[in-house]
Amino acid sequence: MTAMQMILSKIMKNNIKIVKKIFQFYQEGFQNMRLGKTLWGIIAIKFVFFFVIMKMFFFPNFLEENFSNDQQRAEHVLKNLTLEKGK
Amino acid sequence: MEDTLLTDWSRAQFALTALYHWLFVPLTLGLSFIIAIMETIYVKTGNVVWKEITKFWMTLFAINFAIGLATGIIMEFEFGTNWSNYSWIVGDIFGAPLAIEGLMAFFMESTFFAVMFFGWDKVSKRMHLLSTWLVAIGSNLSALWILIANGWMQHPVGMEFNPDTARFEMSNFWDVLFNSTGYSKFLHTIGSGYVMGSLFVVGISAWYLLKNKDVIKAKKSIVVGATFGLITSIFLIMTGDESAHEVALHQPTKLAAMEGLYDGHKRAGIVAVGQLNSEKKIGDDKEEFTWSFEIPYALSFLGYHNTDAFVLGMNDMVYGNKEKDIESAKSQIEKGKIAISALKSYKEAKKSGDAVKATDSLKVFREHEKYFGYGYLKDEKDIVPPVALTFYSFHLMVGLGSWFFMLFFLILYFAMVNKLDSKKMLLRAALWSIPLGYLAGELGWIVAEVGRQPWAIEGMLPVGMATSQVSTTAVQTTFWLFAILFTALLIAEIRIMTKQIKIGMEGH
Repeated sequence: MTAMQMILSKIMKNNIKIVKKIFQFYQEGFQNMRLGKTLWGIIAIKFVFFFVIMKMFFFPNFLEENFSNDQQRAEHVLKNLTLEKGK
Repeated sequence: MEDTLLTDWSRAQFALTALYHWLFVPLTLGLSFIIAIMETIYVKTGNVVWKEITKFWMTLFAINFAIGLATGIIMEFEFGTNWSNYSWIVGDIFGAPLAIEGLMAFFMESTFFAVMFFGWDKVSKRMHLLSTWLVAIGSNLSALWILIANGWMQHPVGMEFNPDTARFEMSNFWDVLFNSTGYSKFLHTIGSGYVMGSLFVVGISAWYLLKNKDVIKAKKSIVVGATFGLITSIFLIMTGDESAHEVALHQPTKLAAMEGLYDGHKRAGIVAVGQLNSEKKIGDDKEEFTWSFEIPYALSFLGYHNTDAFVLGMNDMVYGNKEKDIESAKSQIEKGKIAISALKSYKEAKKSGDAVKATDSLKVFREHEKYFGYGYLKDEKDIVPPVALTFYSFHLMVGLGSWFFMLFFLILYFAMVNKLDSKKMLLRAALWSIPLGYLAGELGWIVAEVGRQPWAIEGMLPVGMATSQVSTTAVQTTFWLFAILFTALLIAEIRIMTKQIKIGMEGH
């Protein structure tokens, strides 16, 4: 093993240790939560409701859905601004 | 023709989500700093009582943060669906601040939030304290980017309209970043958050004192809350003054509506209390108020920092004022229509390859560009926002702000002379001031947003032109869905928080 490989290997080991420590920090934090579990539950329900139900079914991006490129989108908005589209 | 029903429902939906979102934000802004101050006292003194106090308020902070989290994202959904014209037009301007806000919120808040909650006894005291301060600073910096975006809508700067892409394109990032309206709004808004946080701490602590529970911790909390509240109330008054000055300079119609001022004049006073004459209309000779009590010179001073200054009234803005070089709305509407027609002509010329006509049309458009938004208005009186809602919201907000200042002063005074326990009325008033704090914050936003109607972007784009061609029924459906969802979240917040408060200040 060359000196460079030894240095790289040491850096890798140190990095893995740091990642492990961070992982354990979060793992213990989440495990020891009491009220936090209820709050995370509310956050999870909210995220599913917002990003899955609301965003997918009720809030499509109007210009993304109806036009395939920026030129068409610009054209559409310009038509609105120049009062050609019933605005 | 503009679909006014669709516009009104889209407007109502946005107002609903923004108002609900604002129920969660101010407490995050204010309480985060109060917690940081409490923890600093703990680290400085080593007194574990302060650690328990910090942990208690941190728990309530976490409840508010978790329930309020991502409620603002709904507004971004609405931009894409209901306000697609607006989103497209401002995309280039808003992209940068909102992206910075997203990154900052994610990295600063989420990283240090974890250390703040999971890091007790795992990281050093100073590292933990640093994390708490960084959560507070990060939350407040997130608000900065949002309010820079909002400030730009109130006073658009640093951009140029591109007639080929139908977008306002940023011509000077620094003008957008250092827009004076954005900063005055930011400072006043975070100031209101600090006062809200203080009211919350003072009010809940007052409840403990009334119940004779956790008395020592409640007294320590109330002193920190009232001190922070008193200092930030002064800050709020000062930033409110600067906000009014900005409004006077860039949105004079809003200032006139805030004060119910129809005919402008020099040495204008502020109506401290009064009742608007509901029969008064733009351009008529009827009295503005049925009764009022006025503070002389105050409006001239507030608006222009000069007691002698002329303050424009709504009639000046609608019919013009030659002496003050104010162009009538009618004239601006006519010029706006020329701008729209020139834009159309430019577009057609570009399509047909007529370069000469395109150049001529663009020249006409540029000459009339600053009136562009006025071309969509039907009537000259459309430039006036709803006067009663703006006026009463403003006055009630100012009245409540004055009460909060007095409350913090009295609480602090009686705490210092050690007579707070016996002041039951004051403690009850402190408790009931918590909802009043929320009300004041919402009223502030009503003044800011209703007061700038009919504009989505001041002078450039009226709200009616900002909407998408979506079905009104779809907007109505989602309006009620949001009303139910946010009410459920609010009930959840109140229930969880009340439960934690009833448990007491220990064991968090």
